[in-house]
Amino acid sequence: MITLKELPREEYILPGNASCAGCSAALSIRLAVKALGKRTIFVVPACCTSVIQSLFPLTSMNIPVLNIAFASAGAAASGVTSGLKAQGIEDITVVSWAGDGGTVDIGIQALSGAAERGADFIYVCYDNEAYGNTGMQRSGSTPLGAWTTTTPTGKREEKKNMPFIMAAHKIPYVATLSPSYPTDFVEKFQKAKAIRGTKYLHILAPCPPGWRSDPAVSIELGRLAAQTGVWALFEIWKGIFSLSAPSKPLLEKSRRKPVQLYLEEQGRFRHLTEQNISQIQLNVDEAWEHYRKINQTKICP
Amino acid sequence: MVLTLVDSGDHIAGLAAKLARAEVVAAYPITPQTAIVEIIAELVNSGRMKGEYVCVESEHSAMAASIGASASGARTFTATSSHGLAYMHEMLHWASAARLPIVMVVVNRAIGPPWNVFPDLSDSLSQRDTGWLQFYCASHQEIFDTIIQAYKICEDSRVLLPAMICFEGFVLSHTSMPFTIPDQQDMDSFLPHYKPGWKLDVDNPMSHGTLASSDHYMELRYLLHEAMDSARKLIPIVGREYAERFGLPYHGGLLEEVFCDDAETVVVTMGATGSEAKVAVRKLRDDGYRVGLARIRAFRPFPIEEVKKIGGKAVAVAVIDRAISSGMEGPLFTEVQSALCDLKERPLTMNFIAGIGGRDITAKDIETMTMHASKCAEKGRVDQRLIWYGLKE
Repeated sequence: MITLKELPREEYILPGNASCAGCSAALSIRLAVKALGKRTIFVVPACCTSVIQSLFPLTSMNIPVLNIAFASAGAAASGVTSGLKAQGIEDITVVSWAGDGGTVDIGIQALSGAAERGADFIYVCYDNEAYGNTGMQRSGSTPLGAWTTTTPTGKREEKKNMPFIMAAHKIPYVATLSPSYPTDFVEKFQKAKAIRGTKYLHILAPCPPGWRSDPAVSIELGRLAAQTGVWALFEIWKGIFSLSAPSKPLLEKSRRKPVQLYLEEQGRFRHLTEQNISQIQLNVDEAWEHYRKINQTKICP
Repeated sequence: MVLTLVDSGDHIAGLAAKLARAEVVAAYPITPQTAIVEIIAELVNSGRMKGEYVCVESEHSAMAASIGASASGARTFTATSSHGLAYMHEMLHWASAARLPIVMVVVNRAIGPPWNVFPDLSDSLSQRDTGWLQFYCASHQEIFDTIIQAYKICEDSRVLLPAMICFEGFVLSHTSMPFTIPDQQDMDSFLPHYKPGWKLDVDNPMSHGTLASSDHYMELRYLLHEAMDSARKLIPIVGREYAERFGLPYHGGLLEEVFCDDAETVVVTMGATGSEAKVAVRKLRDDGYRVGLARIRAFRPFPIEEVKKIGGKAVAVAVIDRAISSGMEGPLFTEVQSALCDLKERPLTMNFIAGIGGRDITAKDIETMTMHASKCAEKGRVDQRLIWYGLKE
């Protein structure tokens, strides 16, 4: 168990970077690289982090970054790991740092291939639940009911369950994270760093411009996502599913806050009817019934 | 010391990757490149080739992984064909603009529909503007030699660009011929351990390929163009150095000339058609015709000056294209025309489209095309600029 005071003082993403106010992706980079240390290489497909790095010839990143085309993060990172291995370099952590579009949609093939090959890297999806860079169009990771510019009346389909898809690849480690829970966040990165093979970390990343939320409440929104059970924090280690400390108590339904508290903080859900909200509540409750059944069991035999 | 072997074009390509000490090979199988993937997998898994073989799930990923591997500082090789190359298209741009000296074999094959596994050059020629050097081989020996030379040229700090080594499927990939290779020790002295121009370096962190505004982008593209000019100078130098050091034939620099000095009619072509064309022009010379051959080896960078020099002396230039840019003409013809248009006195020019989708182009066919051009030279007139040779009614 690490405390925030014990985190390294070094900063690997510098102040003055080009992220929006209240951006939890930039905060996630900050925490992630503190957890991994300076011997880390990032491979970044088209996503908000392409912008957060700032304009050439400047960069806000204090670690080497290979920017790469949208669909190719998993493959490019797998190439970096193979290149390092061929040169006998074993002490560098390779990270694919991709948004939800680059992960669950256009990049899923390259990620799936790399995971099936057991490429030794950490794949991180920081998920703001839409294509943020292009001004909020729906992605496969946009939740049911959410407004985006391509779902102007609310998305009619459910969010793709990417962590479980990755667990089905039988990779050694899958986890969900939130920068609102920095201790849990850092521990999961450190754990992933120590495991050989493909590791998949999925971060829910509140996005004020996209979620139509107050930049001042991004951390609060991350907490509400967890406290309502909309975003369960768990890990699937060696195939065994276990709820993480912040989420574990929520197995008891009474400990979960109503989803409405999370939804009403965001303009993207403003149009939802009471019936819509009840449906979302029902879906969350069903998911937690499932978590109860699978907690501490091997879910991908 | 050299060793003479007999093997197929595909196996020769795999062997060249081994002797070049490629450290990472990321490739996806596609007919007729498959045997390259298989022999490299065999060499790596049996421990005879040191390095990593990455069984990627697609060609897009093959090039993405090659970019990652090359950016990490490893010498990188890959191979593909046809649809595989088309699928890589986006990443081809990325590799060249990232200035990574990846060497890739392209076993030329027609593009569907309809499905066709046989050779023409439309796959690689449609990648003309991706910023890759492009070499076209006419023999088994040339495949081996060009792969090795490509590493030397591409890794030069004045170049730092990737290269495609192209040769026709089945005609060269699946036929076996004798070829001669240097031993590993001699090869290592010709092609020393790879020293990357840049790499992902945790001790000197940089963001590579990050967002650049219009203040910088144009200059970066100018530098890439300048690197092509450097390659244009280096290709003949490295070719001669290789041939002299190993006592192997010099295949020509940017292009190979056969009887061009006093030729009235010059045939211009690329790839295996060039081998057949050599037979054809020799035969016609024996018959007393003043014909010559310019076989283009490097399509990018294109031998502008060399083509001008040859064209300036000729009465007629006939370009045989094994590809078609629909709505225009053969892609090679366009380039040759562009080079020739600077001349004060231009030769007559004509374009034969032949061998599309693997239809055979024999020496006899090339004799017929050359004699047609020769007659145009005599008449001083070209009646038909573009001829689809052997087209069925």
